[in-house]
Amino acid sequence: MTEAQVEMKTRMDNEANNVKFSTRGVHVFYGDKEALKGVDLDINNNEVTALIGPSGCGKSTYLRCLNRMNDTVDSARVTGSILLDGADVYDRKVDVVQLRARVGMVFQKPNPFPKSIYDNIVYGPRIHGLASTKTEFDEIVETSLKKAGLWNEVKDRLDSGGTSLSGGQQQRLCIARAIAVSPEVILMDEPCSALDPIATARVEELIDELRENYAIVIVTHSMQQAARVSQRTAFFHIGEIVEHGNTEQIFTNPREERTRDYITGRFG
Amino acid sequence: MSPVTIAFLIILVMTVAGYFIGKSRALHAAGATNERLHSLPSQHAAYLALWVGIPGIMLLLVWLLLQETTIQNIVFAAIPGTLTDGLTDAQRALLISEIVNVHHGRVFQAPRPEVVEGARHYGALVSTAGTALIAAIVAICCAGMSWGWSRIKVHFRARHGVERIMSGFMILCSMIAIFTTIGIVLSLVFETIRFFQMVPVHEFLFGLRWEPQIALRADQVAGQGAFGAVPVFTGTLLIATISLCVAVPIGLFAAIYLVEFADDRVRNVVKPAMELLAGIPTVVYGFFAVLVVSPVLVQAGGAVGLDLPPTLSLVAGLVMGIMIIPFISSMSDDAITAVPRSLKDGSLAMGATKGETITKVLLPAALPGIVGGVLLAASKTLGETMIVVMAAGLIANLTFNPLEGVTTVTVQIVAMLTGDTEFDNPKTLSGFALGFVLFLATLMLNIAALSIVRKYREQYD
Amino acid sequence: MTEGSSNFARHDWDGADARRRLKRRYAANTRLKLYGLSAIVLALGLLAVLLGSLVMTGYKSFVQTHVTFDVYVNPENYDQANPFDSDYRTMIRDSFLKLFPEVPPGPQQRQLFDIPSTGAQLKLREIVAADPSVVGSTIRISVPVSDEFDQFQKGEGSRDAAEDARRVNDRQIVWFDKLAADGKISTPFNWTLFNSADSRFPELAGLKGAIVGTFYLLLVTFVLSFPIGIAAAIYLEEFAPKNKWTDIIEININNLAAVPSIVFGLLALAVFLQTFGLPRSAPLVGGMTIALMTLPTIIIATRAALKAVPPSIREAALGVGASKHQVIIHHVLPLAMPGILTGTIIGMAHAIGETAPLLLIGMNAFMTSASVGILDPATTLPTQIYIWADSPERGFVARTSAAILVLLGFLMLMNGLAIYLRRRLERKW
Repeated sequence: MTEAQVEMKTRMDNEANNVKFSTRGVHVFYGDKEALKGVDLDINNNEVTALIGPSGCGKSTYLRCLNRMNDTVDSARVTGSILLDGADVYDRKVDVVQLRARVGMVFQKPNPFPKSIYDNIVYGPRIHGLASTKTEFDEIVETSLKKAGLWNEVKDRLDSGGTSLSGGQQQRLCIARAIAVSPEVILMDEPCSALDPIATARVEELIDELRENYAIVIVTHSMQQAARVSQRTAFFHIGEIVEHGNTEQIFTNPREERTRDYITGRFG
Repeated sequence: MSPVTIAFLIILVMTVAGYFIGKSRALHAAGATNERLHSLPSQHAAYLALWVGIPGIMLLLVWLLLQETTIQNIVFAAIPGTLTDGLTDAQRALLISEIVNVHHGRVFQAPRPEVVEGARHYGALVSTAGTALIAAIVAICCAGMSWGWSRIKVHFRARHGVERIMSGFMILCSMIAIFTTIGIVLSLVFETIRFFQMVPVHEFLFGLRWEPQIALRADQVAGQGAFGAVPVFTGTLLIATISLCVAVPIGLFAAIYLVEFADDRVRNVVKPAMELLAGIPTVVYGFFAVLVVSPVLVQAGGAVGLDLPPTLSLVAGLVMGIMIIPFISSMSDDAITAVPRSLKDGSLAMGATKGETITKVLLPAALPGIVGGVLLAASKTLGETMIVVMAAGLIANLTFNPLEGVTTVTVQIVAMLTGDTEFDNPKTLSGFALGFVLFLATLMLNIAALSIVRKYREQYD
Repeated sequence: MTEGSSNFARHDWDGADARRRLKRRYAANTRLKLYGLSAIVLALGLLAVLLGSLVMTGYKSFVQTHVTFDVYVNPENYDQANPFDSDYRTMIRDSFLKLFPEVPPGPQQRQLFDIPSTGAQLKLREIVAADPSVVGSTIRISVPVSDEFDQFQKGEGSRDAAEDARRVNDRQIVWFDKLAADGKISTPFNWTLFNSADSRFPELAGLKGAIVGTFYLLLVTFVLSFPIGIAAAIYLEEFAPKNKWTDIIEININNLAAVPSIVFGLLALAVFLQTFGLPRSAPLVGGMTIALMTLPTIIIATRAALKAVPPSIREAALGVGASKHQVIIHHVLPLAMPGILTGTIIGMAHAIGETAPLLLIGMNAFMTSASVGILDPATTLPTQIYIWADSPERGFVARTSAAILVLLGFLMLMNGLAIYLRRRLERKW
């Protein structure tokens, strides 16, 4: 394929897959330091997009722009356009609380609240008013836990503390918690880096299942993981996207020298 | 110069002399045998100096502690029995202080001949004691020096000796905390037992009348006053409760704002101001209560037709509340800040507002720390003295009405024990019994609070 | 599972319900923020009221109304043999009454003589004692006026109030106004506040005794608690094995820091005064008591400072063959000293305001002269404040506020010093 052909195919893919997030020229400054230097990237529905790159390359920063978690850092400043279904998330009219309900997030370290498993799941639906009766909440808890593949393990002890679970279970609880508000996009910031290989496999399986209903963006250190779970991959380096495209293409036939060096382990 | 000053100077001079003698002795020893000293000359010197100084200082301290009581006992024993037979402790102390006063020339009327004789005896003993002290100090310093001198040899490990002495000193110092606690417990227990020999325990703990003034009058048999401490306890609890009701909401909300809503500029102004509030001595708060708060409240009461006493418990409670606002605020601040950031991020990423994150995630997670802080604050309010001494009353009222005057444990302790106190009547001793109750109550609160706070810290470390 | 399943239908974020709900949630958020803000405003407002009321009542005490007049040092009233007991009062009285020859003897003259303070005769005595040659001549002296006229001059109580509601009557006001019109009334800086001790008369009462007493007390506290605190901290931090014994010591230290101060007063009363027979009201006993209370602060601060010294320094010194004691004395302690000093000054600043235990050991003595040693009876600044706050005379209210301002001034000074030290000597590793 020539470059022109690739570009054409990408554009056709975009339209066919119905773009969820369309970001152009995203810059992020932490004080005087420029952490992202103009990133253009599209995130598609029903796909897993993996963001890879050496640490400090800006992939987590980019992820945190999508649900405006950078707002919680006092010194952070974001410019550029980040469109969710065509509407700029940094528009003043956009409500950040609603945005975060539509764009869920799972963190690097499992962070269940120090409450019961049940209360962890219903936290989001409760604050957003997604249900009102006990039956409705029960239903949400059951479905979310089932979707996160945790139901069978915890259905008998929904009242025990979320922190009493093992690390892998905690992370799946956090995923269930994110699902409970039925978001459209799930952002995952290295969700498996604190887990052992078996728990990691479970979560990866789960991510693959979730793809059916959500657009998923995952930041990962592990190139094997990116290759296993994602359909598209973007390679970040020093605040820029070096290359993005189909995961298979990126891993088998990268166009850029830097991508090849990174994938083959020459740096990172 | 008093003998004590002279003795102190002697110790100082001999210690310095010991240092140089030790140094020259060590160098001599090395020079004579042409061998290397095990320790540096300065270490030998320090070793000798310590052997001179420490025994001297210790003797001086013991002497100072015992001299006065010993001399008084000797003088007292020498006074003719006609004057001393059948004296109570209080009368005995009075006689002795009269003798001491005569000795110092503080005479108001012509003293009795026995007292003049006693004063002469006292004066003679004091001057003998002065001479004896100086002699004893010189002797013990010399003894120390010769012992140390005999030990300095080429192979003597002076450094180890010095370090052993230093370690001993440090261990002794670190035990002072234990000595203090033991001292507190013993003095409280001892006097409390004496109190309970005069007033039954159950009357003190469950009695509803507190009228210790009655026992003051000399013509009455001691123990006739009413020593039911319940009104004192309820008064203390009432004022502590009012102050916590003021301080906990204000302190907690202030902490929430400072940690989660305020920007750095606000924080940099408010935090030092809060520290200022915390650093103001309590006697100042007490004066503020009398000067401003009490008149304002009484006037406000008058405006709505209430005739309020100037010592109403609301005044002391309010002012004590103001005093502990900074304490509650900084404890809550620490507790909220200690909640891991990941929990806050998790909640915000769910689409919770800042307020929801605080009330539903941060506060529940920080609750143990906050509760620990409130318990410590409660212990502070129970033991707070100056504000209540100045702003609360002396009359023990069994009431929970904040618009009436009540008294507290600390007020009663001060009232019972200020001025010249003799330890032989229940009025004075009741101060110690109250102090013992206060000590136990605050101790339990402190232990509970500290263990809650420690557990809480471990949870997130 | 498809998107269609009921409980997983995508939420309608733009519906009227959702909007209403969002509005409510933000309102709750704003409310919480407002509660916090008002709590802070309230706390700082109270601080402002406290300081404001002290300054408002206290600042006038920094000046003192004086009356200046000529005194004939009458040799008839001078006692050659015993100058100290001469009748200076009559000299002052005769000379002062001469200013108003029209006032008839009797109650009116008594009222007139209320104007100069009782201190006038003491001042005259001092002058004559310093220079006996003035006997027989006329000298001009400036003496404080008595408290009610001092208050009157400073505008306490309106002169339009009913006569019996005032402490100075109409006639006295006329006399006082005449003195003022003749330029005999002045309001210089109130040095009395700093160079005399306590007195029954507000216009003569000063803080010298209290300041000296506080100085001696802090001296004793420092001499005891500084070395003992450092030694204990070094042992616990650097040498102590981790066992039950050291645990007990640590629990003890933490608990002592939270024991009510009045309990230390009870300890001092029972042990220092009763058992050892040390003198009452003496700064030595006060200092020992406060030292016990300050020890935990110093120990905790010192341990924190020792902990902050990086282990690499200890290892380096051990590596060249120093003994553990030498490592600590030569390297760790000097590096930790700024932190230790800061903690000590903060502990001393706490100590300076401590009142309750001092009441029990009698340091609220009425002292008309400053003490000269640690074994003499003395008062301290906070106990002096307590004594004055308890005094019924109006003039003592202003004096109390002034004393508090002086105390707060010392506190600020010490805290300022601590902050300066911390900034100046802070070391980043």
